[in-house]
Amino acid sequence: MIAQSQLYGLMAEWDNPDDLLYAAQQASTEGFRHMDAYTPFPVEGLPEAVGCRPTRLPFLVLCGGLFGGVGGFFMQYYANVHAYPLNVGGRPFNSWPAFVPITFELTILCAALTAVFGMLIANGLPMPYHPVFNAPHFERASRNRFFLCIEATDPHFDRSKTRQFLENLRPQSVSEVPC
Amino acid sequence: MQGDRIQPIAPIEPVLKPGHTYASISDKISDIVVKRKTTLGWFLGFGIAFSLTMVLFASITYLFIKGVGIWGVDIPVAWGFAIINFVWWIGIGHAGTLISAFLLLMRQDWRTSINRFAEAMTLFAVACAGLFPILHLGRPWLFYWLIPYPNTMGLWPQFRSPLDWDFFAVSTYATVSLLFWYIGLIPDVASLRDRTEKRLPRLIFGIMALGWRGSAQHWHRFQMAYLLMAGLATPLVVSVHSIVSIDFAAAIIPGWHSTIFPPYFVIGAIFSGFAMVLTLAIPLRRFFGLQDFVTLRHINIMAKLLLLMGLGVSYGYLMELFMAWYSGDQFETYVSLNRLTGPYWPIFAGVIACNVLAPQLLWFPRVRTNTLALFGVALIVNVGMWLERFMIVVTSLHRDFLPSSWGMYRPTFWDWSTFLGTLGLFFTLFFLFVRVLPMIPMFEMRELLTHREGHTREEQQKLAVEPEGSVA
Repeated sequence: MIAQSQLYGLMAEWDNPDDLLYAAQQASTEGFRHMDAYTPFPVEGLPEAVGCRPTRLPFLVLCGGLFGGVGGFFMQYYANVHAYPLNVGGRPFNSWPAFVPITFELTILCAALTAVFGMLIANGLPMPYHPVFNAPHFERASRNRFFLCIEATDPHFDRSKTRQFLENLRPQSVSEVPC
Repeated sequence: MQGDRIQPIAPIEPVLKPGHTYASISDKISDIVVKRKTTLGWFLGFGIAFSLTMVLFASITYLFIKGVGIWGVDIPVAWGFAIINFVWWIGIGHAGTLISAFLLLMRQDWRTSINRFAEAMTLFAVACAGLFPILHLGRPWLFYWLIPYPNTMGLWPQFRSPLDWDFFAVSTYATVSLLFWYIGLIPDVASLRDRTEKRLPRLIFGIMALGWRGSAQHWHRFQMAYLLMAGLATPLVVSVHSIVSIDFAAAIIPGWHSTIFPPYFVIGAIFSGFAMVLTLAIPLRRFFGLQDFVTLRHINIMAKLLLLMGLGVSYGYLMELFMAWYSGDQFETYVSLNRLTGPYWPIFAGVIACNVLAPQLLWFPRVRTNTLALFGVALIVNVGMWLERFMIVVTSLHRDFLPSSWGMYRPTFWDWSTFLGTLGLFFTLFFLFVRVLPMIPMFEMRELLTHREGHTREEQQKLAVEPEGSVA
């Protein structure tokens, strides 16, 4: 028996995504807010059911792309017009058509870096330790099992009542997850 | 001629053989890495590839000691094997990005089982390609002058030069391909971390997985990032080979100075890349017993795409000849005539035979679904596309405007050893990849199973599939 203060949450396990999705929706209706689901692949509708906010990633990537594009063009403009103007046969210093390829490449590069590192940072990765790894059978969350964890920090969380609630959703098992 | 032989053509062949469950998919793919004993064949293949890599290192060392004089390059043909190989390798890479990014946006679910190793192919091909522009510099140790950085000389790179565009394009491409490949790997190395029993691999996979735990919130952002990366990689791949082609087209050399070059190069790149994907996929599915995941349906679709791209490339050749005649330009006309009848005519004949004629076999469904015949066609196309780059680089340069400056180009031993050495490097990396990482994305296959089967319970899958299984 784990002490109340040592408890991270209650973890229930199903063998298919539909039952998990149903359970997550039920838990949401029941009023639980501090919960998360763990699945071997993305399950449609699950993020909404466990109360994920819509991600701001597309907006960040747009900003990253704009930064790359504007910055890339400015770099070439600055180099050719201010830092080192070089007269090549009387052609304009700001020869913008010749700047397009590098501007484009830097737009993509900065947007892609924002997408990947934005995703990792928002997800809090890398994270070497997390309590859910203590749950029994959790190694199957990356294989063929579907988990729902109701966390002890939830205001509605009650050790026995929440366990009863999860048991009623006919999971394969319910277990306590220590911190 | 029993029904069995003619039947297995496109529509009935599924993208995933029936009878699989989430567990069986995961186990089958991850067992290759974590359970399967390293076979003698693997050691043999790896040994050959690794020896060739050593040849590459020896060639590079000798090159750095003696300089580019050890190659056959001279004036007028100052761009020899280095540029031919650069364009060939980077072109091969493009099919990998196309499969993983463009087909994802198009929701082509057959891409799922081939995208991981196609992306790995991209990365390794770009690594081989990236060597050549540096090797062919007179002073390779100063290659970093292409990077804009604050320097004591107070100088900037020439941003108006296609060579600098090339640097930005290739380095962006390498970076984006690596990131795209890596984020796709995160959930899969997490599976390996959870499946392997040995301590050291567990630790290494654990570090690579970054603590991935499959949280719904994480998947949500992951999918968004993956989709955005696909959206970014698709225009990128077109831009990269367009820029490579502009290395040629921006010059005033007859045979290069042409507006058809960007699309012609992009299509050629995808053509050679699909040929390389098939060259890798056909032996892989056989040696690792992956016929359930890479089915004849995949092979058939890729063969059709190969044919389509082959027709695109043929159109490019036709247009080059037509424009040479239609322009009325003496030098353009001569380049075309010289390609057809000059000293390098066997190269042109080889290009037509390999890239125009050989793919026509793919009109026949029996060739498309006969893996041995298809493997042969794919190899021929690989050779043909290399010959095409030889034709473009060498025949345009060796006889330009002034007959007094005409010359011939003959590759030397070191040209060949460097080229074969990069083949070794490519296959060494590929052998390592199939041994230590999952070559098919497991999480996407599990998702595919949910979407395809319509019923998700494992018991139901087993039940629904039993009668079909006995027929097949």
